Amino acid sequence: MALLEVEGLTVSFRSRYGQVTAVDNVSFSVTEGETLAIVGESGSGKSVTCYSLLQLLPRPPASIEAGTALFNELDLLRLSERELRKVRGSEIAMVFQDPMTSLNPYLSIGSQLIEPLQLHHGCGRREALQKAVVALKEVGIDRPQTRISDYPHQLSGGMRQRVMIAMALIAEPRLLIADEPTTALDVTVQAQILQLLKRIQQQRQLTVIFISHDLAVVAEIADRVLVMHQGQVVEAGSCSEVLQRPQQQYTRDLLAAVPRGAKQKTATEVAPALLRVSQLSTWFAGSGGSFFGAEAAPNKAVDDVSFEVRRGEIVGLVGESGSGKSTTGRSVLQLLPQTAGLVEFDGVNLSQLKRYQMQQMRRRMQMIFQDPYASLNPRMTVYECLAEPLLHHGLAVRGSAMAQVLQLMDDVGLARAGIRKYPHEFSGGQRQRIAIGRAIATRPEFIVADEPVSALDVTIQSQILELLLALVEQHNLSMLFISHDLAVVRKLCDRVLVMRAGKLVESGAVEAVYANPQHPYTKTLLAALPQLAAVP
Amino acid sequence: MRFIASRLLQAIPVLLVVITATFFLVRAAPGGPFSADRAVSPQVIKALNERYQLDQSVWQQYAAYMTDLARGDFGPSYKYPGRSVNEMIFGGLPATAELGLYALLVAVGIGLCAGLLAGLRPNTGQDYVPMTIAMLGICMPAFLLGPLLVLVFGMRLEWLPISGWGDLPGDKVLPSLTLGAAYAAYIARLSRAGLLEVMSQDYIRTARAKGLAEWRIVSRHALRGALMPVIAFLGPAFAGLLAGSFVVETIFQIPGLGRFYVQAAFNRDYTMIMGTTIFFSVAIVLFNLLSDILATWLNPRLRLALRKGSGT
Repeated sequence: MALLEVEGLTVSFRSRYGQVTAVDNVSFSVTEGETLAIVGESGSGKSVTCYSLLQLLPRPPASIEAGTALFNELDLLRLSERELRKVRGSEIAMVFQDPMTSLNPYLSIGSQLIEPLQLHHGCGRREALQKAVVALKEVGIDRPQTRISDYPHQLSGGMRQRVMIAMALIAEPRLLIADEPTTALDVTVQAQILQLLKRIQQQRQLTVIFISHDLAVVAEIADRVLVMHQGQVVEAGSCSEVLQRPQQQYTRDLLAAVPRGAKQKTATEVAPALLRVSQLSTWFAGSGGSFFGAEAAPNKAVDDVSFEVRRGEIVGLVGESGSGKSTTGRSVLQLLPQTAGLVEFDGVNLSQLKRYQMQQMRRRMQMIFQDPYASLNPRMTVYECLAEPLLHHGLAVRGSAMAQVLQLMDDVGLARAGIRKYPHEFSGGQRQRIAIGRAIATRPEFIVADEPVSALDVTIQSQILELLLALVEQHNLSMLFISHDLAVVRKLCDRVLVMRAGKLVESGAVEAVYANPQHPYTKTLLAALPQLAAVP
Repeated sequence: MRFIASRLLQAIPVLLVVITATFFLVRAAPGGPFSADRAVSPQVIKALNERYQLDQSVWQQYAAYMTDLARGDFGPSYKYPGRSVNEMIFGGLPATAELGLYALLVAVGIGLCAGLLAGLRPNTGQDYVPMTIAMLGICMPAFLLGPLLVLVFGMRLEWLPISGWGDLPGDKVLPSLTLGAAYAAYIARLSRAGLLEVMSQDYIRTARAKGLAEWRIVSRHALRGALMPVIAFLGPAFAGLLAGSFVVETIFQIPGLGRFYVQAAFNRDYTMIMGTTIFFSVAIVLFNLLSDILATWLNPRLRLALRKGSGT
């Protein structure tokens, strides 16, 4: 029996360029007790669809143009604010993407947990708190009696998402809408949260709508899948049907873009080392040291790490957030002062270089950052952005840089016509191409790429990965590729380094490590990786 | 508590610099306490200078003054023979403190109401009207607003007395309004911005998804965060209120500290200038500290650090 029946839902947004349709005539239904996954890339309308069911979109600019959403014989889209409040939290509850910002930092988790109970079940504070302790225990938080008076900042990301789930389920709703609930989490934590959702769904016979961009995650949790693209439903069906025998071209493209398998061509072992890092340590002064108190213990972000990168090789550096992988990358480029150890580039000890010598060295080593939205100066055109490093390092003279900039744009696959445009006029993938162009402008020999594809949609991600591979081969580049995504690393890298809590726990050729991990942490990481069954 | 102690310790060098700078600046200004318009015989001047130790070197005077100050003695007034600065400060303090308190109440009361009303319905009439008035309030100096209020409510409508302090019923209303108006306007703008910022946070969406009513979302989930900038502003606001009290006390003939301050500066009444300056500096430092402590206490993240820092 269908619990929710959506017919012809159309939602539009008022924007500077007039009315934009975000969700276009979308129909679907959810049966009691099943998990429906809505997948799509950013801007596909998957979140807008679900937010309009509870009318949680700010109006204006959003407006629901047409459609019905029958839930319990009520049309959700036509309820008054007062009637809606009775549905929200008690019949339909939500879990949001970012547990760091979705809990109120000023209230203890206990007082946030009991709100739905007080509101919908009329519980007293004491009774509600008792139920909250039980709920926290159910989502796997130990010592719930003491945890309940903690504030959100005292909990880790995974714990906060557990609290969010407990809070959503505490008033026993019939439908749970989870909007990318694991996207902001590390891969091992993601695996735990997915397990938790699955277990609770089965125990309670809960109906779940699971919004995600990650097909591998969807494959693990969903009964049925709805694929959305540009506001429309492209394909719908059972999970195995859609993921293994996709009918539509878009679904096939989406599946093909998921990084799978190993790199085709592996670099030759015999190439000499370009970068040699030995016993590198980067410590930060501890926080909490006060006016009178003794110095707090230092935070050992990178602790005694040694590795090398050979010419023409891509080395993956994987680890979860806080493992010190980005700090390693920055220390190698001398963007952070190292506490101890040796970084040799082409036989030169970098920490002994004078300021101006390091400046010259920077031409040969470059960096690509994660967020293509934040790392490009919004007030510089593509031309200015790409010409700046050329002029700075004296590789071009003002007036003749144009030809080189156009060549660069060809190299990274940007249309030449965009040369006078500003970053905001480009999409995320195009911006990352600009950032890559900026990094290779000085013909460097070594590049540190810090999560360069993490902010991108999966189809864009696969294009950028291909571009990086082509550039590495073309220019005989060496690259340290920092990523939390083990599938991407496998697809791109020759060797892999695994970091945890500032230490290097394992390293080796990608295939050897993935096939036969030695360190228990590497095993945990690989086991947590959601797998998409091979598409025939 | 270690946090408070360390902040108090940090305040000492600040105060020392203020005291020293004022001491030498006042003496660097041309003229002296006894160079009056009417001619006085050189013997009298000499006798006066001797009596108040003004014939000694500046450094000797500085040392003597600091010694007295350490005992809490601001010294005798040079202009009002026989009265000490301590006496005069504590004589004027009640009126100024009362005026400051009422003005602060006006500022917080009116400011918060206007700001929250505006922030709840941004870009509507409920937003535009109070915010326009607030802008006017910020632009209008007290020496213009005071007489205007007197003109309308005192002279035209004859609702309220036009001057005095505690003599007639209602004579405290206009001075408090005059002094508090600009700060009410600032607080209105701060609380509006704070509320808008908080209402766009993810955790407000979470609260909505729970089914909470709008007023509960505002009062329980949004208000505390929205008030943080206002609380941080209260310290500097109090400093401004004290400074502003000079003008308002003059307009409304209020026997407060502020008038002494202005007169002392004209009279080159060295000890009086020093005394009032030090008194105001201490008050300003203390109120800034208070608003910092309050802001820290209201933020759970900082509150924990505070407890850890105190080592208890």
